[in-house]
Parts: sequence; structure tokens; C-alpha cells
Amino acid sequence: MDGVLHVLTAADLDAVCRPWTCVSRSFPGMVSPEQRPLAKDRAIYQGEPVAIVLARSRATAEDALERIEVAWNELPAVASLSRALDSDAPLVHPDLKSNLSWQTDIKTELADVTFAKAALVVSERLVFARKTGVPLESRGVLADYDATMGSLLVHISHQMPHQLQLHLADFLNLAPVDVRVVCNDVGGAFGIKMHVYQDEIAVCAASKLVGRPVKFIADRIESLISDVHAREHIIEARMALDDSGKILGFDVDDIQGLGAYSVFPRSSITEAMSALRAVGGPYRFDNYHASLRAVLQNKTMTGQYRSVGHPIACVMTESLIDIAARKRNEDPLELRRRNFVRADELPWVSPQGARMVDLSHERCLDKMIELIDLTALRLQIDAMRAESRIVGLGFASFLEFTATGAAGYGRAEIQVASIDTVVVTLEPSGEVRAQCSASEIGQGIQQGLTQIVADAVGVRAENVRVFLGDTAAAPHGGGAWSSRGAAITGEAAWGAGRRLREQIIATAAALLQASAAELDIRRGRIVDIASGADRIGLDEIARIATFHGYDLPDGTSPQLTASHQYGREADPFLPTNGIQASLVEIERDTGIVRLLKHWVVGDCGRVINPLLVDEQIRGGVIQGIGEALFECCRYDEHGQFTSGSLADYLLPMAVEMPDIVVGHVETPYSGSLLGAKGAGEAGTCGAAAAVLNAVNDALAPFDARVSALPVTPVSVLYALGVITDATIQ
Amino acid sequence: MKPARFGYARPETLGEALALLAKHGSDAAILAGGQSLMPMLNLRMATPAILIDINDIPDLDTIADRNNQIIVGARVRHNDALHSPLLTASNSLLIHALPSVAHAAIRNRGTLGGSLALADPAAELPACAVCLGAEIAVVSQRGERVIPASDFFQGLYATALEPDEMITRVAFPLLDATWHVGFDEVARRSGDFAIAALALAVKVVDHRITECRIAFAGVENHARRLPEVETALTGSLIADLPVRGAASEVLTNVLEPLEEGQYPTSYRRYLAQVLLDRLLARISRQVHT
Amino acid sequence: MTIPSEPTADITTTINGEKISARVPIRQSLVDWLRHGMGLTGSHVGCEHGVCGACHVIVNDKVVRGCLMLAVQVDRAKVVTIDARNASQEIRALQNAFYERAALQCGFCTPGMILQASELLRANRNPSRDDIREVLSGNYCRCTGYHAIIDAVETAAGVLRVEMPA
Repeated sequence: MDGVLHVLTAADLDAVCRPWTCVSRSFPGMVSPEQRPLAKDRAIYQGEPVAIVLARSRATAEDALERIEVAWNELPAVASLSRALDSDAPLVHPDLKSNLSWQTDIKTELADVTFAKAALVVSERLVFARKTGVPLESRGVLADYDATMGSLLVHISHQMPHQLQLHLADFLNLAPVDVRVVCNDVGGAFGIKMHVYQDEIAVCAASKLVGRPVKFIADRIESLISDVHAREHIIEARMALDDSGKILGFDVDDIQGLGAYSVFPRSSITEAMSALRAVGGPYRFDNYHASLRAVLQNKTMTGQYRSVGHPIACVMTESLIDIAARKRNEDPLELRRRNFVRADELPWVSPQGARMVDLSHERCLDKMIELIDLTALRLQIDAMRAESRIVGLGFASFLEFTATGAAGYGRAEIQVASIDTVVVTLEPSGEVRAQCSASEIGQGIQQGLTQIVADAVGVRAENVRVFLGDTAAAPHGGGAWSSRGAAITGEAAWGAGRRLREQIIATAAALLQASAAELDIRRGRIVDIASGADRIGLDEIARIATFHGYDLPDGTSPQLTASHQYGREADPFLPTNGIQASLVEIERDTGIVRLLKHWVVGDCGRVINPLLVDEQIRGGVIQGIGEALFECCRYDEHGQFTSGSLADYLLPMAVEMPDIVVGHVETPYSGSLLGAKGAGEAGTCGAAAAVLNAVNDALAPFDARVSALPVTPVSVLYALGVITDATIQ
Repeated sequence: MKPARFGYARPETLGEALALLAKHGSDAAILAGGQSLMPMLNLRMATPAILIDINDIPDLDTIADRNNQIIVGARVRHNDALHSPLLTASNSLLIHALPSVAHAAIRNRGTLGGSLALADPAAELPACAVCLGAEIAVVSQRGERVIPASDFFQGLYATALEPDEMITRVAFPLLDATWHVGFDEVARRSGDFAIAALALAVKVVDHRITECRIAFAGVENHARRLPEVETALTGSLIADLPVRGAASEVLTNVLEPLEEGQYPTSYRRYLAQVLLDRLLARISRQVHT
Repeated sequence: MTIPSEPTADITTTINGEKISARVPIRQSLVDWLRHGMGLTGSHVGCEHGVCGACHVIVNDKVVRGCLMLAVQVDRAKVVTIDARNASQEIRALQNAFYERAALQCGFCTPGMILQASELLRANRNPSRDDIREVLSGNYCRCTGYHAIIDAVETAAGVLRVEMPA
């Protein structure tokens, strides 16, 4: 066929690419079968690549698809999460005995007896639908294998160039130094672009096999069906309180939908464990029981997606809080305040073993009450209700672990870098170049690092250039995930910048025959601290050091490049906190939930760039709202994906979204120099919980309640008894 | 999502276009606005052998009044209709409905004829055409015929159009001041296809409904008049609540709601009742002020 | 790459003020041709079914979805993309306002947003926030949550009212 060059299947790619299997020391015994770039013999989920057509244009390749006949032998499949554990459920992988990938049960010693004797136990069953990230730029990769050099150059829309470099080298039997991964201008990622995808590996393998550049840009249909999905859980949660309204403990049963494989290399189960670690959020409690079953299904694999697991913990915790407050007939904010871990109780280690430090639950609540003008708002709500409007106000106090440290994946024997390296150089022209192992995915880290380097060295931000997102730009580092940019790369940038500053001053001191202690760098100039006198520009120093070294005293040996590798030693997970509020109105005659307003008060430690942080929070909130009201990856019972276009998969658009008021509390992290913590996922962490609580606050006067996400107009009317047939998605 | 290959012709006269249609019949697709056709081509849900681009043909995009009708050319873009002084001045039902059609950029290209020819069950304009009793003029090399809207829409994406025919214009009756029109829609997001929408026109004399025309979008598999409901309302006072309630009962009995994954038929039935009630209440308020 | 058997057509068009003659694959969309044929990568492809608005382009002074038009259709038409050097005063004001307000994060939706908003501001120098949200109802953004974008359009409108009344 004209323009079609190759059609490759699993057997072809076996020659150049090894299969891979997700294994984690943290989840011993986890079952996740071997994966190949193209499915061999069995395709396990709709969206699993089976063959790859290489052609001169995408259109021609699609033409060729029509000529490929696959002799499908349809096997029984299981999609439903609850059904997958039934003893007679079809097995997702034939050589397994069940679809249970992994399970765990964690219990503190007194949990059972505490729950048995508690004055009040509240409970809820929550169903969370699958959703996915939908970055507007879909996944895409251009792989170029140079057979002469034995090297691979990959341009890819991805969050972690160094991570991917290691995997590609491993799978394709290349030395990592011979693999260069470049991630320029990533059009949104949100966790979706940090995983190992069969189709992306297939493209790289194909390039190695045929010795030509190969490009694949996932179209929207391909993205929706094959991008990592997330958040499919069935939760049975309970909270025990004593008669004074103090929380005694939490008890959670979690069934998590993994999809066809546990995502490589991090494992899909990390989402559930993140959720379980964050249960109970900001509250002080001693008793904890969590039971998890991670289940394979004939669906796309699930994995890390913005705020990984935390929204589930927040929804469950904050929902139970509101239920308890209602049962106790008290103000839900008072119940929260009474149970917050207080500032003077920190550091505190939760029953899950997470260390809480530098948090500000009460201050955030106080600030929120002020921000929303709670008294006036409650009067406003009363007035609206008096007009028969169905209005609700919901809160969600959230806790989120960010900037994962080495123990997070290291102890699992999963090679994910939690460190970053920054190399800074004073260029001959006097500009400062910074090479960073961070990745810019729209969150603004490039701007943040520019500011940090500029401040650290003493130059103006306009004279700093930050290079990132390229394995050739910087030594190994972690890229973008877990909201780590400011907290980790920022520290590396600060350290490198300070070191460079010292080195420049040392050279200046030698040149000026002054003592280093007398000199400072301000706005790119060497300045005498005592008198403020301008002595010499950095461009002059660089020029002399680079081209006229004979003008420096013997033994000066100027060093105009410095580097710093930073990895946080304490605290495997850096906790952050905040509180969100949502005001909603339910349209009585349609069941549609209208978002009237949304507020966030967040504490992400030292804020490097307030504008960028606020916008990260806002964007994150809208994704959480999507989770609460709109987004759902739908499958029928045979594993047929039924929300495969943007007409079916509902994304939040401008008209339906509220304005979001953002306030800040700053409690710097005491364990680092800059004190910055993660901010990028906080909006998503608490938004769904706030909205769900608002909806249930609106429904409470009608003795109605919803507990499945996304909340839909049908589920609202069903809860209100307006619709009585239960055929809901 | 790249389309399969197709031929392309851009006739400069209606005659040329009709010749092409006569030659290719159902192997041809007419490209007007392309706002529905292009996604189908991209998804390879449509694989015509040839596209007949009618965007250069003269006299297909005028709006004029004649013989107590407003004649709207088939290629009139939604945004042009929305800003038409003639349609606005006559309080056309179209002006009420068009803001709900898709989004600004789509309305810049999408056409009346395209929307009617596709007959998407959730589209707003077919319901408006049926409600108003529009007359749809279609031509082929065999000549012209005028099809009443009620006969035009026959089923799910099914119309009375023969493979060699295309729509040239649609005539909407000019309603006098005794008529009140209304349009309302329930959708998850602005611009989405309707879960349920209602096009309603009632003639009110001395606060009494003397004629009633109802057509839904989104509820059933095509837009149609509902004579049983119309009868239940005709002759009653516009503000009569029990009659409204009775008509609502009739409505829920005559509807054959679309069976479609996300929304149970009970919800569409319910929304249909809500919309009928809303629009009648709205018109009642208008009449009494 | 050219494929000999791929049906093509010759077009003459004006892009950002420059007269262009080109041979285009008949089935290639306008946005694909602008990006791959003309190297004008400012318009983006997000869905290819007319939902997301990333592909907006101005054809004969109207904002259109570049994925819902064929390249061959702009024969004898005037095309303006976000890449244009001499942008309209509305586009210029919006670009400045988006930048100042941090109304873009990854930037993928931004060209489509700006072109759509520019059409609003051309017709209405004093839109309300609701007007702005309504006009942008067909432009998907995943990063910003829209709030900052609405702010930026309001700001640009204010600047235009003062400096360049319509």
C-alpha cells in the first residue's frame, strides 16, 4: 500500500524490546503480569495496542488499519469492580487464581475494642468512579534511533525525562548515556505523563528496529481510552467518636480497581496507599484499621493522577465528619476544630506512621471563616432557603503529602529519583545559566527556579536562563511529580546558586584584593558591603576569568560553575494542609448542581511566586470539581469503553465553573532552607470533598444524601425521590 | 482521527451541485458548515466517496420575508441567523433557540440546512422547524419539492431527503402578536446537545390557548408534534394549572424516550414535563403582564 | 512526507497577510495543514471533533475550529492565525493581559482562547464575566480552571475601552 512502510506485531518488537513487570517491595506478592509494548496473543483491555503501522502520514497509517484483519477470539471479561472479586468472575489473566492483585490489612492494637465501645460510630459507603487526566496536549512521542551511533533521541510530552531514559535504556538494551529524552513545552500532564506506556515504548522500539524516526501523537480517542485512569474505589468507612465529640479512630475498607496491569514502575497500588495514609487528614486520633484489596479488571490500567489518592481520603474523612456533626447536632466546623492536631502538638505521628510537622489547621480554618464571612454567608443561605432554594455549604479540611522523599520508592526497590540536581554557571557575558533536572509542565517551575537562582546568586531574574526537561540539560533528577518543584528542585537551585555566589565572590576578592567577607553580589554587580560601593560587574569577572586568566593572582583558579544535589533526608512525605469551602445550589427541577462559589485557604509553606501558586490551586480545584460532578470513564459490563469522546467524557468548561477565592497561610517547612512545600495538587485534594459536602448539606433538609462520585442530576433526583427507577449509569 | 480519502468538488452553481448529487447519490456528502460532518469524517463514521462543498453557491444564505413567511436560506450560518434583524424583529423561535446551539466558533460555520439534514435527535433546530410547521424546500435534478417539517423528520438521523436532494431554503411562518413562542433546554453544560429541550408556540386569545404547537428535542429519537398534548391544552386558559397537570400526564404517556446509556428514560420523561410546565408558566406570565 | 497517490488540490490563500499558493492533501484539515504544511504551529490540535477549541483560526474574519475545516476550503479565503506578527489590537491586548495575569500555564489552550476572546472584544468592549464565560464555553482548559482567563479578558476589555474604543 502506497506510503505504508511496516506493520509490526509483538513478535517483531520482541527482537529489540524486553517485556516488563511491575514489582514493588512495598507490596510483596503483588500480582501484575508481564507487559509488552504490543499485546502478544491476548489483549486484556480495550485500548491495549496490538499492532503498529508505520506509514508516511498518520492518515495513511489509518488507511492501512482498515486492511488489517484481527481474528479476535472474544473471551469473557470483567469490568465491574465489585464483580471482579466474585469467585466466578472471569480471570483477567488466565494463569492467576483470582483477580486479586494484592491485599493488606493494617490495624492498630486497640482499634477493634475502641470501635466496639465508642459512644458514636458513623459510617458511609462511597463509590468513586474512574476518571482520567485529559491534558489538552495528548501524549506524543518522536523516537529517533541512530544505528550508527547506537543512540536514541526521544522527544516526548512527558514529566520525567531522566526516569524514562532509564526505562528505555533498560527495555531496549542501550546504555542510559546513549539515550537522550527531551521534554520541551509539555501541554499539561497532571500525572498522566509520568508512566510507562505500551504505545510509547512500541514507538521507540519500532525506531530501533527499523532504524528510522518514528512519531506517534495519540489522538483524543486514543488518549481517553489508553491514558492512565485513576480513582476507581469502593470505600466502606467508619469513624468512632467519644461522647465529647473527640475522634477515636478510623476504619476503612478499600477496594481499588487497578485495571489490566499495575502501572510501571510505580505501581497502581500507590494510589490506594496514598489514600490510606491520608485518612483522618488533619485530625488527631489513635486508632486505625485499613483493609485494602487491589483488583485487576479488563480495563485500562490506573495509576498516579493529580493528588494521587488524597481526594479519596479527603472525601471519606470529611464526609464522615459532616455525618457525625449532624448526628451530634453540632456545627461541623466546631467538630473539626476540636479534633485538629494543634500546632503545639506537632510534630505528631499518625497511626499510619506519617509524621505531621509545620501544619496550620486552626489558622487555616480561622482564615477561611474570615474569608467567606461565615456569619453573613449563613444568613444569606437562610434567606435563600426561605425562598425554597436548595442551597448547601460544604467544607473540606485537607491534608496532603507532597514532595516524596527517597524512602517513598527507594524502599520499594523502585528506581524513582526523589532528588534533583541543579548546575549553575556564570556565562562569559555575565548571565547565569541554570541546568535543572526539573520538568516544566505548565506549573511554572521554570519561572520559580529562575527567581530562586537569581536571588541565590544575586543577579536579576532577567539575566537567568533555566534549562530543564532534557536529560542532556542536567544530571539525573526527578522531573515533575508529587508537587516537588519548589520543595526539592528549589532547594537544589538555592544550594547551587549560593555555591556559585561564593565562588564568584572568591574570584572577585582575589581580583580586587579584598576579603570575600567584605563583598556581596547585588543585581549582577560586586558590591562593597560596608560602603555600598559598586566594585565590578559579574560580566567583567566572567570575561577576565574565561579569556584573561593571566590578570588574576596565581592560584586563584576561578570556578564559575557550581552544582548542588538535594534530597530531603527527614520526612519521606512533606505534609501540607488547607481547607476548602463550596457553596452550591441544586436546581430542583433538573437535579443539576450549580456551583455558586468556591474558596481555598492553603498552606504550602514559603510561597515563591504567589501568582503561580494561586493559579495552580485554582486549576487543581476545577479538576476536583470535575471529579465531583462531571467526569467518569464509563465501561459496559464486557469492558467496552463507552466514554471515548469529549462529547461523552464531560470536562469542566468555563460557564459552569465558579470563581475561586484563594487565601494563604504560610508555615515554612522547618527542614529546608527555603521552607517551600508542595502546592500544585492541593486544589484537587480537597475540592471534591467540599463539593460533595455542600451537595449533601443542600440535600440534608430533605433527608436525602448522595455518596457516589460523580454526583449527577439523575443521582440527585433519585436521592430526592423525584425519580424512582434505579437504572443509573 | 484522520478521515479516509474522498474526492472534493466545489460547484459554483446549484445546477452543478445537483448534477454531482445525481451522479453520486448516497456516495456523496454535502459539505456546508462541516461542524457535524467533519467529526464524522475524522472518526471514519462517514466515508463518502466525494464531498460536495456548497459554500460557493449563490443565493443560499439570504433571509427575507415574503407571503407571511420568513425564508431562511439553507446555508445561513447560525450566528448570522442569531443576529438577523428580520428574525429578531419577528420574535422568531429561532432567536430563542440559537443561543443554545453549540458554541460561538461552531455557530460561525454551522448552517440551518446542515442541522436539519442531519436530524440529530438532540439538535435544537429540527424541533423548532417542527414546532413552527416550517416548510423545507429541497431540490434535485428532478425538480423542487416542499416538505412540511413534520414529514421531514422520520427517525434517528433519518429524514425524507432522497440521496440526490439537497435543502435550499426553509420557510417559517410569520406569527402574529397573538402567538407566544418559547424555547428552553436542559443540558449539563452550555452548548452541549440537549438532554431535553422544548420548542413551544401557543396562540393565546383572551388568555385562552386557541392553538398549541409542541416539539421536543433530545427526548425521543426525532422531533415530532405531540397532538395529544396539544389537544389537552387547546381551549384552556393559559394559566390553568389543573389543565397543565393533565397535559403533563398525557405527555408522559405519549412520549417514547430515547434509550441511551447515561440517562434513564424516567429522567427524560421527567424533564419533558418540567420544560412544558416552565414554558407554559413563562408564557402565562408574559400574557398577564 | 508526500505520498504520490494521495489526492491533492491547489489552493491560493492569504495567511497572516501573505499570499500563499500551495498544494494540499484534500483530506487534510486546515489546522493540520497550517501546522505541518506551513510550519505555523501556534494553532494546536486537541480533539479533532470540534469540542476543545485549541485549533481556533480566523477565516474571513470569523473564528472557526481549524479541525472542522479542510485546508482546501480556504482557497481564495483570508486566514489569520495566532502566529500573525501584526496582530489585531484585541489580540495584542489579550496577549498582554494573559501574560500579566498568569492566565496561561501550559499554554496549549491559549491561542484558541485568545482568538475566541478577541472576537468577543471586537463586538463588545464591555462584556460581563458571564458574557466572557459564555463566549469561552467551547474552549477547554485543564490548567487554569478558567478564573484567571476571565480576569485577563476583563482586563483586556478595560484597556481597549480606554485606549482603543471600537
